[in-house]
Amino acid sequence: MAVGEVVTVRVDLAMIHDSGGPRRVAPLLAELGTGLHNPDQVVLISDHYVPGDSDEGRQILRFTRDWAEREEVVFHDSQGICHIVLPQQGHLRPGMFVVGGDSHSCTGGAMGAYMFGVGATDMAGVLATGETWIKVPGTIMLEWQGVLADGVGAKDMMLHTCGLIGMDGGEYQAIEYSGDTITRLPIQERMTLANMAAELGAQAGLIAPDKVTTEFLAAIAAHDSNHYSRSLELPDAAELCTDTDAELLRHHRLDASALQPQVAAPHSPANAMPVSDCGNTAVDVAYIGACTGAKYHDMQAAARVLGKRRIAPGVRMMLAPASLQDQQLAAADGTLQTLQDAGAQLLPSACGICAGYGADRLAADTVCISSTARNFKGRMGDPASQVWLGSPMTVAASALTGRISDPREFLATVQ
Amino acid sequence: MSGRIFLLGDNIDTDQLAPGQYMKGGIEALARHCLETARPDFADTVAVGDLIIAGRNFGAGSSREQAAEALKYLGVAGVVAQSFAGIFYRNAINLGLPVMSGQLPDSLTDGEVAELDIELAILQLSDRTVALEPLPDNIIAILRDGGLIAHLKKRFA
Ligand code: SF4
Repeated sequence: MAVGEVVTVRVDLAMIHDSGGPRRVAPLLAELGTGLHNPDQVVLISDHYVPGDSDEGRQILRFTRDWAEREEVVFHDSQGICHIVLPQQGHLRPGMFVVGGDSHSCTGGAMGAYMFGVGATDMAGVLATGETWIKVPGTIMLEWQGVLADGVGAKDMMLHTCGLIGMDGGEYQAIEYSGDTITRLPIQERMTLANMAAELGAQAGLIAPDKVTTEFLAAIAAHDSNHYSRSLELPDAAELCTDTDAELLRHHRLDASALQPQVAAPHSPANAMPVSDCGNTAVDVAYIGACTGAKYHDMQAAARVLGKRRIAPGVRMMLAPASLQDQQLAAADGTLQTLQDAGAQLLPSACGICAGYGADRLAADTVCISSTARNFKGRMGDPASQVWLGSPMTVAASALTGRISDPREFLATVQ
Repeated sequence: MSGRIFLLGDNIDTDQLAPGQYMKGGIEALARHCLETARPDFADTVAVGDLIIAGRNFGAGSSREQAAEALKYLGVAGVVAQSFAGIFYRNAINLGLPVMSGQLPDSLTDGEVAELDIELAILQLSDRTVALEPLPDNIIAILRDGGLIAHLKKRFA
């Protein structure tokens, strides 16, 4: 297979959600006059219209549930955001070739799976045939060396990279994250990196499987309630790494030790800058949510910044945990309590306002600092709302002051 | 079939092609607002056979297929851009909307008459020809059939 060649590939697993899934693919499958090629290779997750707080949402969820039952696919209903639920339920392993009906499907790259997002028509083709076409990608290496400062994390790395190479810097190729900074990152931080490969315009965002990956997978398999983790026979990790002499399309070398907390100004993740450059912008809403920024690790990081403080008067802080499992972990160790004591309002574990849904959509002229991946105009509510992106720690620090703030100041003085 | 060209810049994203707030109204309503932020006159003036010529990263943003569907609905015969965002590119091909990339000369003018030939990989203007990057045969086959569903229908027939 040569880079750039168009090839047909067998798909190991297809992930769909309530928004882009059944209601969009069912009519297409009907038009094709065929059913699912293999229901065992389909995972359905409801997250976009959860909790069903509108008539439309309820209808879509009903349709989704009926379809799941009829087609006998694996269905995780209202368990959290698809990109987080999928690996947590043991569906992903290194070396798999997976498609997802959502643009952040590249999150699966954190587990060493080649996973990417497709639209409904593409998905209908996959569901009907078990295969798809792909242009063999070249590799863009993002090599990070050095130790991140306390208060700086994966989200900052990604916003910085968005600013550096732009939203098309990934050229719809495969990005690989490498270097000693990456090796030290826990799995959920790796998921943030892989997730935001979408904002770089890459098809996939891969991290070579290593001990961190294997331990994550082993922990899932050990969990009794998990029926889906398959055998833990992992392919030889060395085989899943890019050869050291492989030809790279580009090779970016980045210094983690020099990185400061980053924010991205409205309306693009590429409008990245160090938080110190944003001119003390005042915020009305602080949002810790989304697959990108409300995982257990993200909540822990935010809680560390908050300590025992309360958020500034006039600021509304919302928390929508990325999955119920993560919410439970955060509840068990007091993280959730810290966040709520600080003034965070707990929302359903779902896409919520990241997808522009629900009663909490941002109103006109609202300024929001958000742990989500995208701040396109109008995405989270009114087109006249202003969304800044930052790490969960930066969101927490900003909630405390009412202005976009550097979390390092608070970590230095944790109460 | 020839048409006029609409010249657009870099980074035309899926929110501009299919604005989120009109997603509920179905493709007809959505298409009416297609590109209204970049070209307020677009939906009213575009005619069947017209082409979009754009810069880098056309179709960036979400995976919503309506971005390509809206263009097809309005009769756009193809998009030629310096580069495409990948999911949009896939969606367009799967919906049967020709998308071709290439280095575009600065001399192209808005409203100029042109025709896109996907098999020869050229943009034919009245007085000159612009060579584009050729598409592989299997992609041309999908486009010729009018999209992936029509293409697969043949297979399941
Ligand atoms: S949380 Fe946001 S980015 Fe993640 S899947 Fe949902 S809508 Fe997409």
